[in-house]
Amino acid sequence: MKTQMGAGYIETPPLAVPAPVGAAARTTRGGARVPRLSRALTAIASLVLIGLFFVPLWRVQLVAPQYPEGLGMRIGISYVAGAIPTDLDNINGLNHYVGMKRITPDAIPELRYMPWIVGGLILFGLIAALVASRKALIAWVASFLLVGVAGLADFWRWEYDYGHNIDFDHAIIKIPGMNYQPPLIGVKQLLNFTAVSWPDTGAWLAFTAFGLGAIALIVALRKQAVNGSTVRGA
Amino acid sequence: MRIATIRRVSLGMCVAGAIGIGVGGCAPSGKSSSKTVGLLAGDAAERTYVPPGSYDEYYAFLSGGFSGQVTVYGLPSGRLFKQIPVFSQFPQTGYGYDEDSKAMLNTTFGQVPWDDSHHTEMSLTDGVPDGRWLFINGNNTPRIARIDLKRFETEEILQIPNAAGGHASPFATPDTKYVVSATRFSVPIPQSDVPIDSYKQNFKGTISFVKADEPGKMDIAFQIMMPGYDYDLGHAGKGPSDGWFFFTTYNSEQANTKLEVNASQADKDYIAAINYKRAEECIAAGKGKKFGGSYVHNYVDPATRIAKSETKTGVTMLYPADCDGLAYYLPTPKSPHGVDIDPTGEYIVAGGKLATVIPVHSYTKMVKAIADKKFEKTIDGIPVLNYDAVVAGEVKNPGLGPLHTEFDGKGNAYTSMFISSEVVKWKLGTWEVLDRIPVYYSVGHIMIPGGDSKKPWGKYLVALDKITKDRYLPTGPEGSRSAQLIDISGDKMKMLLDFPTMGEPHYAQAVPASLLQPGSLKFQKLTDNKNPSVTTSEAAGGITRTGKRVDVKMIAIRSHFAPDNLEGVELGDTVYFHVTNIEQDWNIAHGFAVFGANTSGITLPPGETRTIRWVPQTIGIFPFYCTDFCSALHQEMQGYVRVSAPGLHVPLSANTSKTSQTQNGRLPAGRGEQHK
Repeated sequence: MKTQMGAGYIETPPLAVPAPVGAAARTTRGGARVPRLSRALTAIASLVLIGLFFVPLWRVQLVAPQYPEGLGMRIGISYVAGAIPTDLDNINGLNHYVGMKRITPDAIPELRYMPWIVGGLILFGLIAALVASRKALIAWVASFLLVGVAGLADFWRWEYDYGHNIDFDHAIIKIPGMNYQPPLIGVKQLLNFTAVSWPDTGAWLAFTAFGLGAIALIVALRKQAVNGSTVRGA
Repeated sequence: MRIATIRRVSLGMCVAGAIGIGVGGCAPSGKSSSKTVGLLAGDAAERTYVPPGSYDEYYAFLSGGFSGQVTVYGLPSGRLFKQIPVFSQFPQTGYGYDEDSKAMLNTTFGQVPWDDSHHTEMSLTDGVPDGRWLFINGNNTPRIARIDLKRFETEEILQIPNAAGGHASPFATPDTKYVVSATRFSVPIPQSDVPIDSYKQNFKGTISFVKADEPGKMDIAFQIMMPGYDYDLGHAGKGPSDGWFFFTTYNSEQANTKLEVNASQADKDYIAAINYKRAEECIAAGKGKKFGGSYVHNYVDPATRIAKSETKTGVTMLYPADCDGLAYYLPTPKSPHGVDIDPTGEYIVAGGKLATVIPVHSYTKMVKAIADKKFEKTIDGIPVLNYDAVVAGEVKNPGLGPLHTEFDGKGNAYTSMFISSEVVKWKLGTWEVLDRIPVYYSVGHIMIPGGDSKKPWGKYLVALDKITKDRYLPTGPEGSRSAQLIDISGDKMKMLLDFPTMGEPHYAQAVPASLLQPGSLKFQKLTDNKNPSVTTSEAAGGITRTGKRVDVKMIAIRSHFAPDNLEGVELGDTVYFHVTNIEQDWNIAHGFAVFGANTSGITLPPGETRTIRWVPQTIGIFPFYCTDFCSALHQEMQGYVRVSAPGLHVPLSANTSKTSQTQNGRLPAGRGEQHK
């Protein structure tokens, strides 16, 4: 998988054909019936995730007195790129003063396998909608949560390494104890730069998809509870 | 005290005018001096205040006169943004010194490193300034330059052959198909060695039409051989008068000595009306004659950004006698200077600088007079129309020394008065004077943004004054010239601001910022840099020898050159430094200069390559360094060249110093590889 500057060419993993939403929910072996609404929401949530292949997940903006217009980074599932194509080089050029590593997208393995993980999540979601299994739905929501948390943790770890792995022996400007880790979310002053880190469109799509998945799960669990009481009352 | 000074000066001018030309009465001038000063306490500060970090409303381009350049100002603040080198070497950037730009100043006389730049002219579409290019003429060695308004750089200069004094230039037709150049000094054409007092027999003027609508392809379309007068200024017709060009002439007396007296005898000189559409027809009909004359055309190659020169020979010459309907003379009092066409294209306003009125001709009446053959006489095949048959009206008692007129698009005209040192507002059609305002001092050109076009932005007027005297803190006998910003949005003109100018601004042009700001280039993409000596990465630089010529290729980036230690240069070598600024960041420029060089330093805009030549004069170690404070480590941005005695055979080497390697230690891939 090639690293891309911007959301141009992206290899998309194969997607499953979504299940017809109108298909009647039926009980599957080892799992309760999942209502039609849950299946529809699960399918929609999976389809929303396709957007992650086209829009960035995260944005980091660096503003300094000399850069009122800001230098920006856009982080997508398969790329780290400048907000405008030259920004990444300019950030790297400035970072060499304090002894930071270059950001070399080719050297970040996550960018190679993230598209497959997201693709797998989409596929899994569509299968879960198709088979209408409650267990599958629970597993899907759980793995979505896991991918999300692990992804954020990994991003934080990458930022930590980027901000702490300083070549103090050769750095031009040495400030003992200083690290240049940008915030995961929020604002932080890094010498003359104010770093602002914030979820971008892709992250909001992922949050939305997760929200839909969670609603699908809640609806499924409630339905089961209602059905259960009906049976008991009969 | 201030008011008293102004009154005194104003009165002095008035008396000088009265004595100087024998015009009685002082009534027109000195009327509103104290009132104007009073207005300074009004809202002028607020009107011209552009807060820090905010932008001006207009870009103004002022000619640099004897500086040979163009300056870019903001209006209404009067802040200077840039000096664009055009006809003069400019050591600040290396223009005219470096190997890339020095060909821009080539002429048939060799490199002419200076000129007297006069009139700025914005390119036009349908008679309205369009922001593509700015033209400016060199008067001394007749030339026309084209400045690109994305880079704000001179990209083309065409020499005008068969001409001396390219003053009536470079005014454009409404579609910018042509810009023109007419001779201020008549000379023998072709040049020859004749007695000066054979002027009347041997001296001629020419009007050149220059093809101008294609960048890099300016050329002489045709020339018209005119009687030997002084052709002073010009403007194209527009609207109904589109297809005509008007030029003022003086010295129809054809004096060749002490012109101030001898060329001021006749009551009337002429405006030459040239039907250039008719000229095209005559040329198509084969009526043009092949004529000699060499000229040089210089242009910046768009890919390499290196200026090239080509010498051309021969033009198509039209003689009015061979092409009837081509040229007419409109009698005009007296030694007229400016000729300005109102936005409707109907009125042809002459600045009869020694006249007591402002004569205004009517295009409609001119066409009728031609049809009715109301000719006084014919000069060299050019019919002279009857004055009464063409004049639309005269502005009476406008002031003294009318020179130039601009328009506000609301039916008003504004004329500069050199002798009475004022700007006079008057009404087109009724010719009544509406208002007048003193200016300090002796105004030449005036400029309203778009004020010579079909669509003036009639909010401000800039007066370009020839004498400054006491307007600023004194700086010895010679000070700057001065410009003054006047609010013309209301019935009464209001003085808003003084600001000093570079050189002597003749004409100026201004357009709303929105026309240029979005297109202004931030940096040249390194991938678009096709200079043959470009170096796109740290590792790609080096040193090579070809006989006695040594070529050094290097990059500049914050905060080092690579390579920066050069050895193997021998005394007697000529060294060419090809330096590429590989930054891809707006306004991050570097400079380069080497100790003892007989040229200038160079400035390197991001993404561009410049080459400077250096002939070492002694052996030793010569530092070079960045001359533009580029970064926190700017002072460290330096290197050395070792110059050895011939025969020592010091091997050629180009290394990157330890410091630089350290700085760059974490950039193993070489930055330039990003740009492959």
